[in-house]
Amino acid sequence: MSTPLVFHYVVDGENFTSAGEASVQVKKNLRVLGISPEIIRRVSIAMYEGEINMVIHAGGGEADVSVEPDGITIVLTDHGPGIADVNLAMQEGFSTAPDNIRALGFGAGMGLPNMKRYTDEMKIDTELGKGTKITMKVNI
Amino acid sequence: MIMPEYKHSVSLDIDKCKGCTICLKHCPTEAIRIRDGRAQIDSRRCIDCGECIRRCHHKAKKAIYDKFSSIPKDKFLIALPPPTLYGQFENLDDIDYILQGLLDLGFNYVYEVARAAELVTEYTRRYLQQKDIPRPVISSACPVITRLITLRFPYLCDNVIPILPPIEIAAMLARDEAKALHPELKDEDICTVFISPCPAKVSYVKNGFKSSKSNIDYVVSLSDIYFKLLDVMKMQKVDVPVSRVGMVGVGWASSGGEGSALLNDRYLAADGIENVIEVLDQIENGDFPCLEFIELNACNGGCVGGVMTVENPYIAKVKLQSIRRYLPVTQNRPPKDDTAIPEKFSSSDALTYSPLTLSNDMAKAMSLMAEIEKISSELPGLDCGSCGSPTCKAFAQDVVNGEAQYGDCIVKMREIIEAMNKKEGDGKSGDN
Repeated sequence: MSTPLVFHYVVDGENFTSAGEASVQVKKNLRVLGISPEIIRRVSIAMYEGEINMVIHAGGGEADVSVEPDGITIVLTDHGPGIADVNLAMQEGFSTAPDNIRALGFGAGMGLPNMKRYTDEMKIDTELGKGTKITMKVNI
Repeated sequence: MIMPEYKHSVSLDIDKCKGCTICLKHCPTEAIRIRDGRAQIDSRRCIDCGECIRRCHHKAKKAIYDKFSSIPKDKFLIALPPPTLYGQFENLDDIDYILQGLLDLGFNYVYEVARAAELVTEYTRRYLQQKDIPRPVISSACPVITRLITLRFPYLCDNVIPILPPIEIAAMLARDEAKALHPELKDEDICTVFISPCPAKVSYVKNGFKSSKSNIDYVVSLSDIYFKLLDVMKMQKVDVPVSRVGMVGVGWASSGGEGSALLNDRYLAADGIENVIEVLDQIENGDFPCLEFIELNACNGGCVGGVMTVENPYIAKVKLQSIRRYLPVTQNRPPKDDTAIPEKFSSSDALTYSPLTLSNDMAKAMSLMAEIEKISSELPGLDCGSCGSPTCKAFAQDVVNGEAQYGDCIVKMREIIEAMNKKEGDGKSGDN
């Protein structure tokens, strides 16, 4: 394979109920590709958490998932407020989600930690006021 | 290992099919294509949910089952009526009228499936008390759901409770009871006949298990039996009461009955195939409240919504409520001492994930997927179904697999023709 297979998704920040749809689509595509269930599970959890984060904190964003024979790379890009303290944000249980979001069962402070746990590599590029780009890789 | 091909009981009456797009658009697993003006069912994708039978205006989709007349009359015939049957009749105040009717139709013995359902309820309660089981536990009663899980939900295969569905246990116990009452009977003298509300249960029986066949010998349609029963039912008190079921067993016929009987409020009951798929997607994402039990029924309203029933599912549910009112809670309990699920009721075949992939070779699958994505991005995205595939994405896949031609897309075709006309027009004006 010379060029990786890329799936592009726009994550709608206006509509909270549609959060998680891109993750379901990715899961479907990986399934038809014959990727093992364990890899699919890790990718879809990391992707789902990232998608929810973009909707809660950044008013939506974009997700690009590229599949190559040796691994799957997920790039989540948003133009939200950025993360003030990445180390703090990576701590389990830390969350800046507002109360109305917590009332829906989100905002437990497990999003970023789970994304790290379920992927082999994770890189966060963030700038206050500009946005955040998270790159995650799951090796096959 | 090559899996034997799955036998289906949803089929097409080709003469009645108009080649419209109704079934195409409503098939939850995109198993239907319209080719040469007629529907085709892809057996690898079909889960026998019966949605196409329910939707078809032309009655071209049908369920295959055994005709009542094909049952050998020289055998000891055992009828296995499901609780759904009890919800079909007007002003029925006693289940025995139906059971006596079955005996009058020529059956030698009746074993109610609801009795086995009550046993399954108790075993499920016991199973839920174990600590190291994957939760939430998913019901194994609806064969559409178990097949759907093996095709799409690898992580939920182990959550399905490893107990046989009530119909299978009913057939097994019915045989035992008949042999106890008539010691002269041999296994081959007995013929068990399940009265099915849906094609999926027909398929369940026809496919059997990896190492053995089902205990059910024949599966007839509930609606066929319903009309035969109308002729013979007398609506009079019978001398010997036959029915031995309680509220719990009868409750299994409609959505929520199985779950509520567990006396554990941490259960969810979803019905209707689209709703079920959404629930399964959410469970697999882990985005789910902490629940003990999930009851899923492919048909709206539960088994009362099966396509081989007669009454509207919600009206049937109301009728069942009035029948249940005067019944004891349950009349069938397993012995206290066997705690876990007994060996003979355990499902011998663990569910194995068997997805439908583009190719066995991943590199090949990836290049095919790249082509599909490319074609798909050029398509109009109307999902109109005119090409014979259910969505533009499915059409792109069909083109890549060589099962459809790019020109089958009428929108694309019109663009091509318009471009040709324009070119021709330009050429003419150049001449002048």
